[in-house]
Amino acid sequence: MPKRIWPLVLALLVAVAPVAASGGQDYAESRRVLIESIEDDVRATAAYIGRARLDDRVMAAMARVPRHEFVPERVRRYAYENRPLPIGYGQTISQPYIVALMTDLLALGEDSVVLEIGTGSAYQAAVLAELVARVYTIEIVEPLGGAARRRLARLGYDNVEVRIGDGYDGWAEHAPFDAIMVTAAASHVPPPLLGQLKPGGRLVIPVGDRFFTQQLILIEKRDDGALTTTQVLPVRFVPLVRAE
Amino acid sequence: MALGFAVSIVSAAALGCEILLMRLFSIVQWHNFAAMIISLALLGIGASGTALALGRTWLEPRFAAALPAAAALFGTTAMAGFALAQRIPFNPLELAWDARQPLYLALVYLLLAVPFVFAGGFIGIALYWFRERAGRIYRFDLIGAGLGAPGAIAALFLLAPGDGLRLIGGLGFAAAALVCRDRAVAQPGRVAAAFAVLAIALPLAVPAGWLAPRLSPYKGLSQALQVPGAAVVAERSSPLGLVTAVVSPDVPFRHAPGLSLANTIEPPEQIALFTDGGGLSAVTRFDGDRGPLAYLGFQPAALPYHLAEQPMVLVLGAGGGAAVLRALVHGARRIDAVELNPDVVALMRQDLAEFSGDLYGRDDVRMTVDEPRAFVAGTGARYDIIAMTVPGAGAAGAWASSASTLYTVEALAAYLRRLTPGGILAVTSPLALPPRTSIRLAATAIAALESLGVEQPGRRLAVVRGLDRVSLLVKNGALSPADLDAIRRFSRDRWFDVAYLPGMAREAANRFNILAEPYLFDAVTALLGAERRAFLEAYKFDIRPATDDRPYAFRFFKWRSLSEFVGLRGRGGNALIEWSYLILAATLAQAVAAGLVLILLPLRGLPRAGPGRAEGLRTAIYFFALGLGFMFVEIAFIQRFTLFLGHPLYAAAVVLSAFLVFAGLGSGASERLMERRTAEQTIVRAVLAIAIVALLYLAVIPALFEALKPGPAALKVAASVALIAPLAFCMGMPFPLGLARLRDRAPGWIPWAWAVNGCASVIGAVLAALLAMHLGFKAVVGLAAALYLIAAGVAARPFTDAGRGLADTARNRPK
Repeated sequence: MPKRIWPLVLALLVAVAPVAASGGQDYAESRRVLIESIEDDVRATAAYIGRARLDDRVMAAMARVPRHEFVPERVRRYAYENRPLPIGYGQTISQPYIVALMTDLLALGEDSVVLEIGTGSAYQAAVLAELVARVYTIEIVEPLGGAARRRLARLGYDNVEVRIGDGYDGWAEHAPFDAIMVTAAASHVPPPLLGQLKPGGRLVIPVGDRFFTQQLILIEKRDDGALTTTQVLPVRFVPLVRAE
Repeated sequence: MALGFAVSIVSAAALGCEILLMRLFSIVQWHNFAAMIISLALLGIGASGTALALGRTWLEPRFAAALPAAAALFGTTAMAGFALAQRIPFNPLELAWDARQPLYLALVYLLLAVPFVFAGGFIGIALYWFRERAGRIYRFDLIGAGLGAPGAIAALFLLAPGDGLRLIGGLGFAAAALVCRDRAVAQPGRVAAAFAVLAIALPLAVPAGWLAPRLSPYKGLSQALQVPGAAVVAERSSPLGLVTAVVSPDVPFRHAPGLSLANTIEPPEQIALFTDGGGLSAVTRFDGDRGPLAYLGFQPAALPYHLAEQPMVLVLGAGGGAAVLRALVHGARRIDAVELNPDVVALMRQDLAEFSGDLYGRDDVRMTVDEPRAFVAGTGARYDIIAMTVPGAGAAGAWASSASTLYTVEALAAYLRRLTPGGILAVTSPLALPPRTSIRLAATAIAALESLGVEQPGRRLAVVRGLDRVSLLVKNGALSPADLDAIRRFSRDRWFDVAYLPGMAREAANRFNILAEPYLFDAVTALLGAERRAFLEAYKFDIRPATDDRPYAFRFFKWRSLSEFVGLRGRGGNALIEWSYLILAATLAQAVAAGLVLILLPLRGLPRAGPGRAEGLRTAIYFFALGLGFMFVEIAFIQRFTLFLGHPLYAAAVVLSAFLVFAGLGSGASERLMERRTAEQTIVRAVLAIAIVALLYLAVIPALFEALKPGPAALKVAASVALIAPLAFCMGMPFPLGLARLRDRAPGWIPWAWAVNGCASVIGAVLAALLAMHLGFKAVVGLAAALYLIAAGVAARPFTDAGRGLADTARNRPK
């Protein structure tokens, strides 16, 4: 090998080393660091998302759910980075910051019953399960739904029920729900879901594509049944520089 | 002669390869990424010059074998490069998150660069070896490329794009066989015969799975096919795209963007149409009963039908027919529908005719396959409603780098001119936060109204906002109190917000679907008032109206905002960044860096004796300026002529082909011109002619095109070719003339000149697009003229010998 190749090889080795070294990390510690970073992010975006911090219970749930168990082996070393990850079948596990924010927007109580459309890896369902009495979740892609069901059972989440099928019609047997989260792609809010939302309940839909959550739509059903919707930009960004 | 034809074949095949790879990667990934990947891969041509300059001494005695080998390797790697490249797990959507993605990307374009290294090597060897007739060789090169462009487009009508690559592979081997028969190459007959056999056998032997595009799992088509029971029922492919029809009997599509929460009607059965695996458009089952279609009245796009009775309607971009159905449901008297892609219309009229109730064959629907602006320019009809939909631009700003002349000031003015008195132009667009497209459209409409001499544009505008769609209405006349009532009622019943109406109160603009601020109301009010300039300046996205000169309706990026976006990356801010634009900028940076390496690398290997350092610098500047200038002119004029000829595909074929063929003829003629004058004198004349003609065209073409616009297509094509011919003829001369300057005094520099020119062409293509986004195409032409003048300036003096060779200078060693 010509001499001048060696510096290049060395440089490559140095670049790869941290990745290789992170293999046997302490997941609990990584999770703590992630939670702190989310708390920092929430504080930094406080003015926009309208809260200085997320509900302590939501953050505690985030701190308990082992995200590394919900991602495929080959991306496990990135499990506690604050980023979305591919989980196969063209689906992703959302960015933890967005998961925390969406969960918080649902304003859940301990005895809430929640419906989720789009189970994916079941990470979001697990976070919900830490917080509420019962979670019903529907996944259309059969292998994903099956894996999610087995994973939840293995991790002891016995208050989550997974169904494989079409989420458009909701889950009438268990309706009405205190909260509904729609993470599956849809061109509009399915009317049956609005029907299965309790008065006083909340429904959240992220808008964007698989790796970029652009905005969140929050629908609230008032006690008289009327709906109000709010668009939440998950980021502190003001499109105008105000004139001084 | 055999060599000349072989050069033409390789050149045609290389250009075809470029077009096919672009098509294939538009299917596999997204078209803006395809453009970037392919433009970087073309650096392979520059790299071939570098390799040739470095390995010249070794290669020179082996030229006779190297030529057929290069052609055969080109053919092989054209197929293999793509087969391997699409197996790399490159996912542009993860560029923001995953540090490995840039490496995958680099690997993809390195693989795709390989065939261009061999094609470039073939032509580079020919130019160097037969430098006495470089003008003629270059003529074969350019004319070959000029035929390759329409050839590839024709092939894409007949073949799947993957199979097109087989044809390219075969052509590589055919050129290898042919060049063996050239007198100078003179390879044995059995070698030629072997290449000829391989030209047929090898492409046929490649398994189908290697060349068939494998879609990214994140594209709409891939995701639709994940659903149980979903299946492809029909597929058609043309250079305009791969159109795929998908049924999903178990889990219906129910595609109805912007549908009101007040709607309770589920859409009927639908078949999804995907173009290049994305851009979903739904075909809805229709049996003449309008009842199940009532949901179409619950989308923001239904608004104009509440202001007109039994209207004459024009739908621009009809696709799967949702907008046509909406017009029918609302009692339209007649509907003219325009769709660019003939495959979409053929699917609707044949495969899906029964399902769609032969929507495009009805008596009250007249379907025209045409480019919408060309249709509007050519029609004499007037409409009560002109409806169009701006597609979703994707969260990551995927289309920022795409040009589109459908949504420019000139376009909207043209649509407005086709309205009856009181008629309405309705444009529906996605609502992203913070708002971008919707505000730019309002700004564009205001500018269009002003260009038509309307004094109070605000009295003609209405904006209604749903959950995720915005409808902008522009009326031909002031909105009446009855109109205002109808708009308010429409919005209230559907829980939509009236985002702007003349004279409305700010508080009323944010009631049902609450934003942090009534952004659209504030924006439209500011755009209509004295603070327009300040507002456009202060907004953190570029929302200035797009124009025909700067037709980038989806680019909103401002460099000023970049640091803020980057700071918000982990905090939900990634979707604010327009990756497509940044990637174009990154492509330029990479092309410049790689180009510099490729240009500087051979300096050590250049012949030591001979001309001095100053002459070396002049040579570099000359060939670099030519490379940039040629691409600037070509790209800017393709844009201008596309608008004139009215069809992106045919225009590109005609313009590109005319440019290359006439440049080829110019190159061939340059040798004869030199018989009477020195190379330097000829260069100065040719280059002055280019600069003058290009600038003259800038001045006269708008009026000329306007006059010819209503004319027949054949006349427009003839006029285009006649306009391009003299300019291109002159543009073909400076390159071979520059080589002629070198061939007596420094023949060893010829491969280097080929490298400099090749790299400059790639940089020029990317730079032209970026400059057009910021400054417009006119400025690009102006810069091209300046570049040509610089080239003339450095080449005006006769070639000077100095005591020290370039290479010696580089090594800093005394002679």
